Amino acid sequence: MSNSTITGIVATFDRDNIDTDQIIPTEYLKSIKKFGFGDFLFDGWRYLDEGRLDMTADDRSKNNDFILNKEPYTHAKILLTRDNFGCGSSREHAVWALRDFGFKSVIASSFGDIFYNNCFKNSVLPIKLSKEQINHLFEVSNFAPVSFEIDLLKKELKYKGDSSYMFDVKDSLLDRIINNLDDVDMTLKHKKHIQAFEQKRRSQRPWLFDYSN
Amino acid sequence: MPATLYDKLWDEHLVRTDDANESLIYIDRHYLHEVTSPQAFEGLRHKGLKPWRLDANVATPDHNVPTDRGDAFNAELIKDQVAKIQVVELDKNCNNFGIHQFDITSNKQGIVHVMGPELGYTLPGMTIVCGDSHTSTHGAFGCLAMGIGTSEVEHVLATQCLKITKLKNMQINFNGSLQKGVTSKDIVLHLIKLIGTAGGTGHAIEFSGSYIKSASMESRMTICNMAIEAGAKVGLVGVDATTLDYVKKHSNLSDSIYSQACEYWETLKSDSDANFDQTINIDVSKIKPQVTWGTSPEMTIDFDAEIPSQKDVDKSNRENLLLAKAYMGLDESKSLQDLSFDKIFIGSCTNSRIEDLRDAASAVEGKKISKDITEAIVVPGSGMVKAQAEDEGLDKIFIEAGFLWRDPGCSMCLGMNPDQLKPYERCASTSNRNFEGRQGNLGRTHLMSPLMAALIAINGKITDPS
Ligand code: SF4
Repeated sequence: MSNSTITGIVATFDRDNIDTDQIIPTEYLKSIKKFGFGDFLFDGWRYLDEGRLDMTADDRSKNNDFILNKEPYTHAKILLTRDNFGCGSSREHAVWALRDFGFKSVIASSFGDIFYNNCFKNSVLPIKLSKEQINHLFEVSNFAPVSFEIDLLKKELKYKGDSSYMFDVKDSLLDRIINNLDDVDMTLKHKKHIQAFEQKRRSQRPWLFDYSN
Repeated sequence: MPATLYDKLWDEHLVRTDDANESLIYIDRHYLHEVTSPQAFEGLRHKGLKPWRLDANVATPDHNVPTDRGDAFNAELIKDQVAKIQVVELDKNCNNFGIHQFDITSNKQGIVHVMGPELGYTLPGMTIVCGDSHTSTHGAFGCLAMGIGTSEVEHVLATQCLKITKLKNMQINFNGSLQKGVTSKDIVLHLIKLIGTAGGTGHAIEFSGSYIKSASMESRMTICNMAIEAGAKVGLVGVDATTLDYVKKHSNLSDSIYSQACEYWETLKSDSDANFDQTINIDVSKIKPQVTWGTSPEMTIDFDAEIPSQKDVDKSNRENLLLAKAYMGLDESKSLQDLSFDKIFIGSCTNSRIEDLRDAASAVEGKKISKDITEAIVVPGSGMVKAQAEDEGLDKIFIEAGFLWRDPGCSMCLGMNPDQLKPYERCASTSNRNFEGRQGNLGRTHLMSPLMAALIAINGKITDPS
């Protein structure tokens, strides 16, 4: 399956420095799961009550003013924000929560380093644009719900008819998203290589195999 | 071409290098524990995958197990519900996937980095990974060993490989012999003071020199354990007779396999003319016992030196110094010897091996702990260490002196299980991190050797161990 385009509703967060604690609070790190964090995304802003791991969105009292609680943004696929998104801790849970909610891309003028790398491990495309471009995109999307279209092969973001911006991202990272691959899948492409290596090792270094105590 | 030990281990395990300069390295041993593995197993299930090679994996719970378990304990009896879920989940995952686990009821369970080597799961020349940064410990056996994140735990389970880029080579030569009362812990704390907590970033550090040659495996493990506190993911010691003796004793390889292996293991050292990107020579005979005063392992001084004041550091570091002093409650104190301690913790993957317990016991034998000390605990690193210490009667020495004698686990090294500091309590600790809140909210940690910690237990204050 190839993911060469992302099309969808744009949700806007007009602020800088949204950190991973805001994306998903510490409470949910106690989870032993890698999936199912969507209901806890932006928990502190999204709900009026305090949440626990065993609650779902339906059990909670919602903040109806918050953008992700309003139609059509409950189905948003693209997040538009400002500077330094995803700063703070290394928790991969932050990306897991965005992914589980349904976000496929985050557009910002800059990102926290670790968050940026974690995105590609989880098929979320972070797009860096200049502050002027971000300003313009906010103007385009602030009044009524809009959709953007992102062409991953051309590295092009289309907004409003024919208008578009080009963006820059490392090919090796982009490749992970386009081909819907994570590192495990990519490595398993070399299965034969690994098997051959292992077989040689088994004969040369037998003490490393079938050893039990 | 002459090669370093790190280069040799890298070449030996290199499956392939791709265009982006990322390499696939084959992993021989994967240790797992309850905190960083659940999402990795979940990931496997989600993809419908099985572990690539079951016999490469060994698991044990250590981070959040209580240490006053006594006999007839099981996971269901853990009071903290979140900790219980993680321990029970590890049981389930190991059972479902068929991974060998020393569970909470096993008499071999322990801190994964203490348990692994003594059960013979760590063998020279292996690549070893674990979702825990102190995996560097196993480098003491001439292994390429490093900590990894949860996505990588899943990757190793699924592919038996790790995707990484090659590090640079750094050599630290420790020459000379130790003064009385000085231990491997003092040597590594001194190193971190010297090069800083980022000093080894991007490097694999090989420890060598006449001191390392004469050091026991336990001491080498203590030093490699804290390589990560000097910023290096990887610490290494070349294989020699000391390594091979240890392995012979602790593994159950047949004689023929063992001698075949030895032939290879003996090549696991840097060539004499190998090129290091950086070399540092340190005369260990000049090193005094070390104690940390602040909230980073590099904030270390000689036990009898003055605590640094503003005039001792440059402008950019003043803020750090003031924050650390305020956190540690040191505003009035000129020297560490002025401080009164509340708790003593002898344990952690740095200093909970048999040699450490013998050192500490030698200082408390026939004495009682100071009235000022509210709690002094000894937490053997593993079931095997505990049993051996009890065989040698060390438990009685500690108990008679007033120490609590506990069951194996990470214990007070980190505030994830019931052993914790209360706010503002000052602890003499043999662990590896003195970060704010590491041993409990607002707790104050001073890192040191087991010998020094034992002396503080008796005297209530820092004392000259020589
Ligand atoms: S003893 Fe401390 S440093 Fe070692 S593995 Fe446990 S928590 Fe980590």
